[in-house]
Amino acid sequence: MLDSLLAYPQALLGPLWPVVWTLVKIMLIVAPLMLAVAYLTLWERKLIGFMQIRIGPNRVTFFGIRWLGGWAQPIADGLKLLVKEVVIPTGANKFLFVLAPIMAIAPALAAWAVVPFSPELVLANIDAGLLYLMAMTSLGVYGIIIAGWASNSKYAFLGGLRSAAQIVSYEIAMGFSLVGVLMAAQSLNLAEIVKAQQSGAGLFGWFWLPLFPLFLTYLISGIAETNRAPFDVAEGESEIVGFHVEYSGMTFAVFSLAEYAAMILISALTSIMFLGGWLSPFPASWGILGASSFGWLILKMFVVVSLFLWFRATFPRYRYDQIMRLGWKVFIPVTLVWIVVLGAWMQTPLWIWWK
Amino acid sequence: MFWFFAAILVFASLRVITARNPVHAALFLVLAFCTSAGIWIQLEAEFLGIVLVLVYVGAVMVLFLFVVMMLDINLTRLREGFWGYFPVGAVVALLLVTEMALVLAGPYFGLTEAPPPPPSPAGYSNTKELGRLLYTDYVYPFELAAVILLVAIVAAIALTLRRRKHGKRMDPAQQIRVRREDRVRMVSMPADKGDQA
Repeated sequence: MLDSLLAYPQALLGPLWPVVWTLVKIMLIVAPLMLAVAYLTLWERKLIGFMQIRIGPNRVTFFGIRWLGGWAQPIADGLKLLVKEVVIPTGANKFLFVLAPIMAIAPALAAWAVVPFSPELVLANIDAGLLYLMAMTSLGVYGIIIAGWASNSKYAFLGGLRSAAQIVSYEIAMGFSLVGVLMAAQSLNLAEIVKAQQSGAGLFGWFWLPLFPLFLTYLISGIAETNRAPFDVAEGESEIVGFHVEYSGMTFAVFSLAEYAAMILISALTSIMFLGGWLSPFPASWGILGASSFGWLILKMFVVVSLFLWFRATFPRYRYDQIMRLGWKVFIPVTLVWIVVLGAWMQTPLWIWWK
Repeated sequence: MFWFFAAILVFASLRVITARNPVHAALFLVLAFCTSAGIWIQLEAEFLGIVLVLVYVGAVMVLFLFVVMMLDINLTRLREGFWGYFPVGAVVALLLVTEMALVLAGPYFGLTEAPPPPPSPAGYSNTKELGRLLYTDYVYPFELAAVILLVAIVAAIALTLRRRKHGKRMDPAQQIRVRREDRVRMVSMPADKGDQA
């Protein structure tokens, strides 16, 4: 069906076809992702509103329909930021100043290329998918450094250095948790990692159980990596020297887009690597509930993203030296110890997560 | 594709040495690393390519940028020493040119051209093969390198670590262990009768 539909444009475009088709596939990932980012901001405000016994955004609506109150809020916000003036500070390096937000969002989008949505549905099914992801997430720090430096402001510069140091530190803990995942799954390919979690045991076959310390480390490092509360010193009111103090309008909006896109990415990766991806938590005999599907992945991502918001509503902000202490003196030793434990555990018959 | 990457690589490498601003030079070095990673991936060395981005671009260059940004580099001062360093630089440049000439003109110097490697079988994983070699055939050199790096880390930290004499350094473990009794003293006071007026 799909093949016969695609035959016509394929013949029309000839050698350009692979390029066009890849672009179409990229759009099919990026467009829903951007929509999800927009509505994640609404969900964030709504959820934190519920937690604080408020209503949250409930006014902006489409065509004056009452019961859609709040649903047009992200679009209104986006429009407002779009028409606001982009102030470029005097003495700032214009090219780098504009490049920085792009450098922040590009890796968060590029990483989606290897994320599998179902056993077949993945843009680039590469063997070293996990390595590619680590490389992409490590590129995100450039947006922050360049933003801090190009702003020609000491506050932005200090904030940039601070955020960059935080991200680089937590990347190590994240990398070590991924080492545990690849040991357990015996593969760097993300689809293989999900398949390795398939067993008769439902949700007890997933890697969150044998890799529990790594799961927690990954999740919390993910929050620190995306500069979210309680690690959001970049936007702390009391110590406001974030890397983006000089940014306004759309350039600032792109930084927030990058933050939310990174949040969704981290939740997708957590779901895939520790929570079984598209696998169902129920035994296979439960009919449609027991079948693995794309919906499970979306549901897991939604739960993890909501955890991010819940943390924001719950915890007070960390002090900067405590952030660094948590990353270097708590998470890295925890992951190192657990990798050794895992290595020993996998040599014994007690390891029951074999394929 | 190769020429596209190669052109960017050459341009970026030239800008690394010609850019006036050291931060720009460092950023061009990042670009050069990224494009050479692209070329490596085309040569079916995807593990090396990705690791180049991960290690050099993701970690080394970030720290490098930190240093370059914080140093207040005075360009005129740098220029002063130019002729002093020129002889040493010229010798190194000459050596490099000779080496490159030897490699590029290999057939001329009697180097037989290596045959192109056989196409890798399906399901061949670059990463797996590298890992297998590192942990079996080359395990001792690998461990040795790791130990040397560890020594370097310990030495670097030991050299730069200094405790401030009168620093107000806090110990988070102690802070967490604090109890209400240590900080607050409950005093019971008789209520004011309120008959002064």
